[in-house]
Amino acid sequence: MALLPQILFLVLTLVSVWLFSKKAIEIKRNIFLGKPEDLNNHPQERWRNLFLLALGQKKMFKNPLVAVMHLVVYAGFIIINIEVLEIVLDGLLGTHRLFLPFLGVAYGWLINAFEVLAFLVLVVCVIFLVRRNLIKLKRFVSKDLNGWPRSDANYILITEIILMALFLKMNAIDQVLQTRGLEHYRPTGAFIISSQYAPILQGFSTEALVIFERICWWLHIAGIFAFLNYLPYSKHLHIMLAFPNAYFARLEPQGKMHNMVSVQNEVLYAMQPELAPTDAAPPARFGAKDIFDLSWKNLLDAYSCTECGRCTSACPANITGKLLSPRKIMMATRDRLEAVGKNINTNQSFIDDVKSLLHDYISVEELRACTTCNACVEACPVSISPLEIIVELRRSLIMEESNAPQEWNGTFSNIENNFAPWKFSPDDRDQWTAEA
Amino acid sequence: MKVRTMAEMMQSGETPEILFWVGCAGSFDQRAQKITKAFASILDKVGINFAILGKEEACTGDPARRAGNEFLFQMMAYQNIQILNGYGIKKIVTTCPHCFNTLKNEYPELGGTYEVLHHASFLQQLIDEGKIKIKEGGDFKGKKISYHDSCYLGRANNIYEAPRKVLEALDVALVEMKRCKSNGLCCGAGGAQMFKEDEPGDKRINIERTDEALATGASVIAAACPFCNTMMTDGVKNREQENQVAVLDIAELIAASME
Repeated sequence: MALLPQILFLVLTLVSVWLFSKKAIEIKRNIFLGKPEDLNNHPQERWRNLFLLALGQKKMFKNPLVAVMHLVVYAGFIIINIEVLEIVLDGLLGTHRLFLPFLGVAYGWLINAFEVLAFLVLVVCVIFLVRRNLIKLKRFVSKDLNGWPRSDANYILITEIILMALFLKMNAIDQVLQTRGLEHYRPTGAFIISSQYAPILQGFSTEALVIFERICWWLHIAGIFAFLNYLPYSKHLHIMLAFPNAYFARLEPQGKMHNMVSVQNEVLYAMQPELAPTDAAPPARFGAKDIFDLSWKNLLDAYSCTECGRCTSACPANITGKLLSPRKIMMATRDRLEAVGKNINTNQSFIDDVKSLLHDYISVEELRACTTCNACVEACPVSISPLEIIVELRRSLIMEESNAPQEWNGTFSNIENNFAPWKFSPDDRDQWTAEA
Repeated sequence: MKVRTMAEMMQSGETPEILFWVGCAGSFDQRAQKITKAFASILDKVGINFAILGKEEACTGDPARRAGNEFLFQMMAYQNIQILNGYGIKKIVTTCPHCFNTLKNEYPELGGTYEVLHHASFLQQLIDEGKIKIKEGGDFKGKKISYHDSCYLGRANNIYEAPRKVLEALDVALVEMKRCKSNGLCCGAGGAQMFKEDEPGDKRINIERTDEALATGASVIAAACPFCNTMMTDGVKNREQENQVAVLDIAELIAASME
C-alpha cells in the first residue's frame, strides 16, 4: 500500500506525457500539410535569431516595461521547471526533497531563488490580468479576441497564479513541519518568501499540515501536467514554438516577395519557346486558396502566434478602421488548420469539406486593405509573417478567380500595354528630359 | 542639361557610371517629375556620367506582384532584365523605393543581378565624399523638418539612416514623428493601394500619417519616395496646410541647397 502514491504518480506522469506527445505529433503533422520549403541555409544566422529573438526576446524590448514583466514570467516559468524535475523524481521514488542531501547549503539558495521568481511571476500575472481586463488596452479589447481567445488568455494567467501559489504554500507548510520533528521533513533553513507565511500555519495539527502539504504538492504537479496538455490547444503554445519559428524565420530583406518559379518559367517559355520542355506540366494552383497551398513555415507561424496583437496595433489599415487585422489572419489560419486536422483525424485522410481559408475564414475585403508595409512582420516578437499569407491569398484571388477591383484591372492593363500603371503613352516616358 | 539614354550612349561607344532608373511615377507624374529633374540636376552638377533607359524602361512590376498578379510581374521582369542585361548594366540608382526593392531583391533570382542603390544612399555617399557641397546659410538651415520613412526603404530594406544623414547635411532641425524608423506608419500607397479606392474604414491612411507629421510642427515633410510624396501632399491639402507646410523629396532639398 505504501507504494500506491508512487504508482499513482507514475500513471499520472505517463498519461500526461502520452497525451501531450500524441497532440504534439498531430500538430507536427498539421504543420507539414503545408508545402515543403527548405529553410536550413545559413545555420549560424538562424541560431543567432533563435538566441536573440526567441531566447533574448529582442523585439519585446521595444516596450521595455512590458518586456521586463514578460521576461519575469517566462524566465520564472522556465527556471521553476528545474524544481519540477525534483518533484517528479520525488513522486516516482517516494522521496521528499531528493536533491537536499546532494546540494547542502546550495539547496536553500536554489529554492530561495525559485521562491523569489515564483513570487514575481505571481505579481506580474496579476498585473497582466488587470492590464488585459480592466485597462482598456486597444489590442486586448479588440473584437479579434471575442469568445474563446479572450478566455484562453485569462485561463493561462490564472493557472500560473494558482501554480505559483501552490508552490509557495507547499514550501510554507514544509517549513512548519520541519519544526515538528518528523524525519520525513528534513531541515532546509528558512525560505525567503514562504517563511513569511509559515507562522500563520503554526496553529494547525501536524496531521492536518501533512495532508495540506500533500494536497498542495499533488495539485501543483497535477496542475503542471494539466498545463502541459492545455498548451497545444492554446495560444500559449508560443512558449515552445517561438524557438523553431525564430530559427526558421526568413533571412532575406522583408521587402522581397516569394518567387513563383512556375510562373517565371511559363513566362520564359512563352517568350522563348525553344527552352520549353516537352513534358512541362502546368502548376496545379496559383497562390494559396487553402492551408495546403501555404508553406509549412506559414503554418508554423499560425501555431506560434500568441495573439498579442502587436501586428494589428501597427497595421495602418487596422489603425484607420479597415477590416484587416494581421492577428486575425494568423488566428484564422490556425482555426482552418485545426479544422483540417480534425477532418483528417475523423476520416483518416482529408475529405473535402467545401470550405477554404480564402473566403470562409479570410474575406476579400480584409486582403484588399493591405498596403504590404511590413509593419506587422516587423512588430511580431516571434518572427511571424502575416503578410506572406495575405499576398499568397491575393495571388489566388487574382490568378485563380480573376477577382480584382475594377481599378486594378485597369492598372494591370496599363502596365501590360503602356508599361506604366497609368494610361500614358510609353513614348512620353522620357518627356521630362526635354524640360530638364 | 542633356539627359542621355543608354541607346545614345551605346551608339557613341560610351559606358555610363550609373543607370538612373526613373520609374513610372518619376517619368509620368507631374509632381514626381520634379524629383526626377532635381536628382538628374544633382548628378549633372556633380559630374556623374549617367544614362536613363528612356522609352525602353518599363514598370518593374511591383504593383502587379503585390496585388497578386504574378504573371504580369514576371512579364515585366523578363522584359526589363533582357534590356538591362543587353546593355551590360552594372550599377543602378533609383529615386523610387519600390523600384529599388524590386530591382535589388527580386530581379537577381530571375537573372538580373546589379548593384542597386536608392538615391538616399547615393546622395549620402556623394555628401560623404565631398562631391555635393551645401551652400552656406541655405534655405532650409535651422528649419524644422520631419522625415517620413518609406516602408520599402525602411522596413523592407533597413535603410533608415541614409536619408536622415542627407537631411543633417542641410543643417536642418530634424524632428521625428511619434511613429518613425522601424515603427514608421505607411503613407497608404503600397501594395497597389495607390491605384484603387480605400477599403471601407473611418480614416484614410495618408490623413492619419499627415496628422502625425503636422503634429511635429515641421514646416517641411521630407520624403524619399514619389508615392509617399503624393500621399503626404494630398494629406497636407486635405488639412489645408499647403501654404504652411511643404512636402519635398530629399533630392529636391539637396538640389535647392547645392553650391
